[in-house]
Amino acid sequence: MKSTLVAGALLAFATATSVHAQAIKLADVAELSGGGATVGTNWKNGIDLAIEEINAKGGVLGRKLEVTHADSQSNPGVARAQVQKALDAEPYVLLGPGYSGSVKVTAPLAAEAGIAQIMGGEAAELTQAGNKFLFRTSFGQQSSMPKVAKYIHDDMKAKTVAVVWVNNDFGRGGRDVVVKELDRLGSKVVADLSTEAGQADFAADVGKIKAANPDAVFVYLNEEESARILKELKRQGVTAPLMGETTLIGQKVIELAGDAANGARGHVGLTTDAPVDLIKAFRDKFAKKYNYVPDHNGLKGYLAVYMVKATTEKMGKVDSKAFADTLHGLTIKAADEPGILMDVTFSETGDIDRQSFLVEVVEGKQVVKQVLPKVK
Amino acid sequence: MSNLFDLLVAGLATGAIYALVAVGFTLLWQTSQTINFAQGEFVMLPAFLMLAAMHAGAPFWLAIILGILLSMLLLGLAFKMLLVDPMLRHGVLPLAIATMALAIGIKEAVKQFFSAEASPFPSIVPTGDISILGHAVSLQSIGVLVLAILAVFGLTSLLNRTSLGHQMQAAAQNPTVARIIGVPVERMILLTFLINAFLVALASLLITPIYLAKFSSGEVLGQAAFIAAIVGGFNQVRGAIAGGLLIGVLDNLAAAYVSTQYRAAVPMIFLIAVILFRPQGLLGRAEERTV
Repeated sequence: MKSTLVAGALLAFATATSVHAQAIKLADVAELSGGGATVGTNWKNGIDLAIEEINAKGGVLGRKLEVTHADSQSNPGVARAQVQKALDAEPYVLLGPGYSGSVKVTAPLAAEAGIAQIMGGEAAELTQAGNKFLFRTSFGQQSSMPKVAKYIHDDMKAKTVAVVWVNNDFGRGGRDVVVKELDRLGSKVVADLSTEAGQADFAADVGKIKAANPDAVFVYLNEEESARILKELKRQGVTAPLMGETTLIGQKVIELAGDAANGARGHVGLTTDAPVDLIKAFRDKFAKKYNYVPDHNGLKGYLAVYMVKATTEKMGKVDSKAFADTLHGLTIKAADEPGILMDVTFSETGDIDRQSFLVEVVEGKQVVKQVLPKVK
Repeated sequence: MSNLFDLLVAGLATGAIYALVAVGFTLLWQTSQTINFAQGEFVMLPAFLMLAAMHAGAPFWLAIILGILLSMLLLGLAFKMLLVDPMLRHGVLPLAIATMALAIGIKEAVKQFFSAEASPFPSIVPTGDISILGHAVSLQSIGVLVLAILAVFGLTSLLNRTSLGHQMQAAAQNPTVARIIGVPVERMILLTFLINAFLVALASLLITPIYLAKFSSGEVLGQAAFIAAIVGGFNQVRGAIAGGLLIGVLDNLAAAYVSTQYRAAVPMIFLIAVILFRPQGLLGRAEERTV
């Protein structure tokens, strides 16, 4: 009897250990502090929400998902060290970072380890270097900026444009593509202003924009700086229409800039105000859990985990080496995997194709003005 | 050139904040040989104390009062009693390192207990512009400038025109003699810490609507004020004021007329030039040491 009890206890222990060992381990490195804290916090919360949902429904192929979060401090050097540490633990997939500069220095590490990296960076160059393990959760600048330039030229009818950008990989990448596209379309860039990450005083920059008297202003800064420049643009009475990308008209920017955000327009690959039922449901779930409405980074983190789920279920096995091969060229339909929110296709370079939106801030809220279809 | 006036006003407003913070550096240095490398975080923290009071339901005016009082308690009294007094007996360097550790501690605590994200902060000065000499000037810039000047004017009046101020100066210049003639030196030093805490709380109130409330916002501010204090003269209150205003204006003019890309480098180059050619600062006095 005693030996039976001991054997039973051992079996129970072994089973418990085995179940625990079977968890699929993901590693996340994000901007949880520093200049990109808004980006990283939303990204992390999106990941946690998705994992909670998936695990509540039984996990992926019957196995639970587990994630470790590490803070890059919005610093590429720290991000590289954190990613190396995360990879040493041999995760199934690496999630993050969100800043293009941090992705740029960490992508070779993940590629060398043969681990797929699903990240939030938008710099055009990231997926152009032939890295077969890097995947986006949103459009790269090579996809979004031509749409932005086209809107400035065709819809805003702007013959002259001021371009103000943040002097980092993200800002430079966007600036380079949009300036090239504006030039191609025939809109002249009359002011080309670089600013610093973390900059507080935009009086001089806005003074230069005002002096250039452009037909439109393209603003491409990080969220907090976007809010500050919006306030200064309003204060100095700049009336030219403002156009940006996701970082100009995000929820956090609207909260920080207040009235000054009204009228700003932007192209967004993802927005919680999109007229899509699954996105609305996501927004409600996120707001209920975290008591605030997420920006696009919340969506990116959420989608990253569902990309893992859909790809793994497509493979029918948990195989980190085969993961990247399977995700290349894969189309995930929202009808089959509601967590992916919109139909999405991944190219051979890890870029993404899906619907996107043109939004305007009206009375402190994002209003979707146009839905732009998938390219292919 | 029409832009120059706007740049000057905006630069002076920012510079006035730097001056408020820089004055704190010089006050603490004069009275207790303390270089407080957490001075930037001292400016960041009061805004969060005020936000916490507002989140607890206090109206803005009450939150301001509570924020200032708590700042004086934590950043004045507790800072002196719990950190400066015990560390100073080990020398200036260990104390300076302790203030660096304090800066990290304050930042991390705010991040942990409040948020890593920036938060909006209400302004005590109404938004909008007024017309001066045909230029639309921000009420916020004017308000910040006026309040900062009033605070500095009040401080210099206290130091130069009252018996209390004379006692504080005596305690700062020669504590031994001051004690002999009956000046309560310890009380005067404590008063200096409390004044510094009041000034940083005021700076926090004025600048946070522009900088936004964020745990890391003290880094930039502390660095700018430190440069201002060195440029103006670390041992002179008037030097810190002049240094603050100069750095604020220089930063804006450099961005407008030199390069936005290298604006951060210009004050640093200016700092190096001052250290090379006038190490005591523009308005500071040379200190000699006999060995």
